[in-house]
Amino acid sequence: MKATLSIALRWLVKAILFVFVLASLNFLLIQLVPGDPALVFAGSSGAADQQMINQIRAEFHLDRPVWAQYIDYILRTARFDLGTSFQHGRPVWDMIAERLGATLLLTGSAWGLSIAVGVALGLVSMRYVGRWPDMLVSSLALFLYAAPSFWLGLIFVLVFSIWLGWLPAFGVGTIGVEHSMLGAVLDKLRHLILPALTLATFYIAIYARLMRGGLLAVAQLDHIKTARAKGVPQIRIVTHHMIRGAILPVVTYLGFHATTLISGAVLVETVFAWPGLGRLTFDAILQRNYPLLMGILLVTSVLVILLNALTDLLLRAVDPRTGVSA
Amino acid sequence: MDRRSFNKLLVGALGASAFPLSWIASPASASGERVINTIVNPEPATLMIGLNQQAPTGLVASKIYQGLVRYDFDLNPMPCLASDWSVSADGLEYTFTIRDDVLWHDGTPMTVHDVIFTATEFLPQTNPRSRLILGKCASITASENNTVTFRLAAPFGPFLLAFDASTFPVLPAHLYEGTDFRSNPNNDTPIGTGPFKLAEWVRGSHIHLVRNEDYYIDDKPYVSDIYYRIIPDAASRALALENGTVQLGQASDVEPMDFGRLAALPNLTRIDRGYEFSAPILWLEINNRVEHLSDRRMRQAIMHAMDRNFIVDNIFFGIGSAATGPINTRTKYYSENKRVYDFDLVAANQLLDNMGLTAGADGIRTRFDLIVPPFGEVFARLSEYTRQALRQIGIDVNLVTTDVAGFASALSNWDYQLTFNYTFQYGDPALGVARTYITDNIVQGVLFSNTAGYSNPDVDARFAAAESTIDETERTHLYEQVQQLLAEDVPLGWLVEMEFPALQANSLEDVITTATGLNGDFENARVIG
Repeated sequence: MKATLSIALRWLVKAILFVFVLASLNFLLIQLVPGDPALVFAGSSGAADQQMINQIRAEFHLDRPVWAQYIDYILRTARFDLGTSFQHGRPVWDMIAERLGATLLLTGSAWGLSIAVGVALGLVSMRYVGRWPDMLVSSLALFLYAAPSFWLGLIFVLVFSIWLGWLPAFGVGTIGVEHSMLGAVLDKLRHLILPALTLATFYIAIYARLMRGGLLAVAQLDHIKTARAKGVPQIRIVTHHMIRGAILPVVTYLGFHATTLISGAVLVETVFAWPGLGRLTFDAILQRNYPLLMGILLVTSVLVILLNALTDLLLRAVDPRTGVSA
Repeated sequence: MDRRSFNKLLVGALGASAFPLSWIASPASASGERVINTIVNPEPATLMIGLNQQAPTGLVASKIYQGLVRYDFDLNPMPCLASDWSVSADGLEYTFTIRDDVLWHDGTPMTVHDVIFTATEFLPQTNPRSRLILGKCASITASENNTVTFRLAAPFGPFLLAFDASTFPVLPAHLYEGTDFRSNPNNDTPIGTGPFKLAEWVRGSHIHLVRNEDYYIDDKPYVSDIYYRIIPDAASRALALENGTVQLGQASDVEPMDFGRLAALPNLTRIDRGYEFSAPILWLEINNRVEHLSDRRMRQAIMHAMDRNFIVDNIFFGIGSAATGPINTRTKYYSENKRVYDFDLVAANQLLDNMGLTAGADGIRTRFDLIVPPFGEVFARLSEYTRQALRQIGIDVNLVTTDVAGFASALSNWDYQLTFNYTFQYGDPALGVARTYITDNIVQGVLFSNTAGYSNPDVDARFAAAESTIDETERTHLYEQVQQLLAEDVPLGWLVEMEFPALQANSLEDVITTATGLNGDFENARVIG
């Protein structure tokens, strides 16, 4: 119990340190980007004068020295105050919170889908290694790995929405229709399938390959041979002895991919009009909306740290040896 | 295959597809048959029209907030929140009679006090265009018989063109008086007087407006719901228009190459009205401070070397017409009586020869950088065309790419040689044209000022005189002279009179009834059959 507590404490200190470093880096990176939010805002308004530009500069604290802005930013962040978006006239946290759900739903589904399908394909590959199902899975994996996801997304729209008419092409739900509870869930699911699939394809490819390699390596190990010699049924050998060993690299990669899943969602969110954080980020960059951008960067940094912690826990559950001294 | 040709394929496949177009889950008419589904792109930052003058905000918020007047297609004022108005003979006093039967969406009566608050407190703080115009008032006062009088310090010709919902949205004093406007929580739940109220805004997905049941004109509006869908991808927007998921859109919602095909569909009608108020001219922005570009013979040569009809037909796919000068044909006081630059490479080369700019062995006389405005395909193609066109008269153009922030920064800080830009003209040269050419408006760091740095005292004097009179004959005469002077000097290379036709389903009627088009309040819009 005490050991767990101390591990948790150590992890927390590390996490806070990470967040601080990330927040500082975020600030620095944004300072390096040329462009002035006041001008972008004025530019898209079609009219501007000096008073307007001064107002916006003051609102963004751009009229103060960079070091003062930095200290101010760190202090505000420490108080969990993400500030207000000048363009929107709304608190940054509200804007992120209303998008977070959609992004987590999309990336979470893609995450689950990629691991389920990836592991299944890996198993098929291993089972028929060197035969045509293995070849098929390998070719499919190579194709999914190589194809850009937004392009796949458009192909999916072409096939499933336009030719077959099975699934909606974009949006997060049917607009202007009253649904029952179940109907609303089903409606959401129909809208979720294509973007989640699009986002998952790349990772399906990787996990299928990782799983295949892992399973083949584990199959050569002594304890598998022993189990086989004891007469344990093949299915039990796979589920109880092999998957556990082979899935370690997959789980490790899951942690890495938490980052890319969140950032990679921008294109998919655009193609499918999915109202997530990715598009909000993209717009914030184009508008040089610094408070919003820094808020999003911070929240996603924290998300990634949390997801990595989750991966660590998962790893420990799968293989207790990794947990001895984190 | 690149992204663009893929979009083509995607859209083409839909057109060719024999399948019923029911691929999207949406039954378009949901709660009643009087629903308009349309598009807003990008998503507006806010719907509080007093704080934000960006196009997406205006498109949606113009149904919620109203001005004192609206304008017909010939830019004549029509009653809106003001039922009547009069102008004193000396052009100094404008008196508006304000309707006394108007309620805010929260049930509070709208009064002259709201008008005064809007004119004297809110807009001067937040809207640069209103600030400029209202700043010309010596006093703004209300009287007992529901009238508001704007007394000007000096006559101002286009004053009556400054009271539509974009320049003068009447705002609720009872919610904003004495508060910090930008952080007022009511910004999230806009309260206006318009025919539609905000029902719901699902960020990133759609904005839902519903009929204002207490609207001050009986039976109006005729539409029960408007859904503004937020669809960030141009191919998806084209699909939505094509299959009827949305019944209303504008040319800027789709790629120009798609527009003609969509307009030709049997279920859609092209509406070529409703942009008289904005009526911009797209020009090649020429930094008049740069060596050689400061010589008007160079600028005249550039005008001769660019085939404007080719640009309209092939880059704008026929949406627009060739521009001949600084004032749009739809704006007041346009004159044909000025120097015109035909597409003529011989004349262009002659002008450059006269400058003493001779070509080297590589055929190059001089080089300029051109910043490609980051506003999509059209500007990329236009930049490429310009490089080829100017190469024919020995000018080598180097294309420089950037993003919106980089473009705004370069242009407003005069850190460019060539680029493209356009501004809305707001119906009158004094409102939307003079600002680009007068010496007083050379202000570094401010967009839509005289960024090219052109200065001609003769032009300044005529713009100033024309602005400060209400005598139509005199104004016409002065603006004709302005156009003649500018056409000689060519401070900017005028290329295209931009047009913004709308695409409207055959089931809709009377949607566009004013010079602000889709930015009208849709009071008269109907859904038939």
